[in-house]
Amino acid sequence: MTAERPMVEVKGARKAYGELQVLKGIDLSVARGQIVAIIGPSGSGKSTLLRSINHLETLNGGEVWLDGVQVNQALRGQAFERHINAVRQQMGMVFQHFNLFPHLTVIENVTMGPIILKGMAKVAARELAVELLSKVGLAEKVDAYPSRLSGGQKQRVAIARALAMQPKVMLFDEATSALDPELVDEVNAVMKQLAAEHMTMLIVTHEMRFAGEVADRVLFMDGGVVVEQGAPSEIFREPKQERTRTFLKKYLAA
Amino acid sequence: MQGLDFSVVPPYADILWMGVWWTVVLTVSAAAISFVFGVVFALVVLYAPKTVALPVRAFMWLFMGTPLLLQLFLIYYGLGQLGFKIPALVAGIIGLGLHFAVYNADILRAGIVAVDVGQMEGARSLGFGRFQTLRYFIVPQAVRNTIPAMGNNLIVLLKESSLVSIIGIAELVHAAQLAISETFRPFEFYITVAALYYILNLVLEAGLRRVEQNVEVSR
Repeated sequence: MTAERPMVEVKGARKAYGELQVLKGIDLSVARGQIVAIIGPSGSGKSTLLRSINHLETLNGGEVWLDGVQVNQALRGQAFERHINAVRQQMGMVFQHFNLFPHLTVIENVTMGPIILKGMAKVAARELAVELLSKVGLAEKVDAYPSRLSGGQKQRVAIARALAMQPKVMLFDEATSALDPELVDEVNAVMKQLAAEHMTMLIVTHEMRFAGEVADRVLFMDGGVVVEQGAPSEIFREPKQERTRTFLKKYLAA
Repeated sequence: MQGLDFSVVPPYADILWMGVWWTVVLTVSAAAISFVFGVVFALVVLYAPKTVALPVRAFMWLFMGTPLLLQLFLIYYGLGQLGFKIPALVAGIIGLGLHFAVYNADILRAGIVAVDVGQMEGARSLGFGRFQTLRYFIVPQAVRNTIPAMGNNLIVLLKESSLVSIIGIAELVHAAQLAISETFRPFEFYITVAALYYILNLVLEAGLRRVEQNVEVSR
C-alpha cells in the first residue's frame, strides 16, 4: 500500500505585497481528516496562507495542492478560470465577516451553489439545505433574510452554505473573530461537530483554547514563516521556540 | 380675454387616451431598454477589455453631453437620410432608451463598485465564475441599492417622452397639439395634459415605492 497522499499540501509558498514579504516559504501538509489550527500574531501571514490555498490570494512562488491536484496551475485566461472554479467547489471557505448574500434568503444562500454549479434539482438541493441547516441548528430560519440573523447564526449559515458543496476540506478564516463573545460557542460547537465527522479542516484562529480542543496539530506562524508546529499539548504546554512562548504568554495573559 | 372653458376637452377624450396609451408604451419600452443597456454599459465600462470599454465610454459621454432632442433628430432624420428608415415610434424608443441607459449605467457602475468585496470572495470561494458572480450576486444587489436613483430617472424619462412628439409620435403632447389645432384652446388642453402626466407619475411613484419596500425586506 502506498502512503496516502495529503489532502492539502503547500510547498514553499511565497507571497509579497510590493516590498512586504508576507509568506517567506511555507510548507504545510494536511492529511485526510486532519484538523490543523494556525495561530500567530496579526500580520504573521496566517490568513494570507489560508486564502492562498483556494487562490483568493495569488502566490508569487510555491505550490498548493488539493487531493493530488495542483491548485495554482500555470494556466491562463479561461482555462485557469475553469480549473480554479472546479477546484474551489471542492473547498469550503468560511470568512470572518460571513459574506452571506443579503438579497437571498437563508435557504437560497445554501442552495445556489448546488443548483447552479452542480446542476442539482431544486427539490434535492432544498432537501440537502434543510438537512444542513438543521445540523447547524437553524432549521427554523430557512426563509429568513441574513439581516434578521445574529452574527453567530449568520456564520452557521455560512458554514452550511460551504458544506452544501460537499467539500473535501473546510477553510476557516477567523470564523469567530467578528462575533460577540456570547455567540462564539455556537459556532465553535458546529466546528467541533464537523471535527467529530472527520472533516479535513484548516482553522485560522485567535482562540487558543478552541484550537487546543479541536486541532490535531497546531501551527504557530510569525513574520511569514512557520515558527513551530506540533500537537496542541506540545505547542501550548511546552513550546520550544522563544517566539512561541512570548506570543502565548501575551495571549493567555490578555 | 377669453374665459376658460374645459367643456372643449371631453370631445377629444379618445385622442387624449390614445396619447396616454402611446406615452405609456414609449415609457415602458424605453425604460426596459434603458435598464438592460444600463446594466450592459456598466459591466462593459467596469470589466470589459479597454478596446471595448473605451468606445462605450466615449459613446456614453456623447449621449450625456448632447441634448436628447438632437439625438432624436439624428436617429430619426439623420439615419433616415443615410438610408436607415426607422419608424418614428422605434426611433423614439431607441433614442429615449439609450439616452437614459447612459444615466442608469453611471448609477449602476457606482452601485456595483459599492457592493462589498466580500460578496465577490464569498461567491468565488464556492466555485462561481466571475460572470456568474456578477449575474447572481453582484448585479442584483447593485440594482436593489440603486432603485431609488434609477426610479428618479424613470420619472424624468416619462416626462421627457413628450419630446418625441416632435418626430410625429402621437403621444400625449402630440395629441394635445392635434386637439388645439382644431379648437384653438391651448390652455385647456395643455392643463389637461399636464394633469394626466402628473397622474401618470403619481402611479409610477406609488409603484416604485412598493418595489423599494419589497427590497427593504432583505436588508
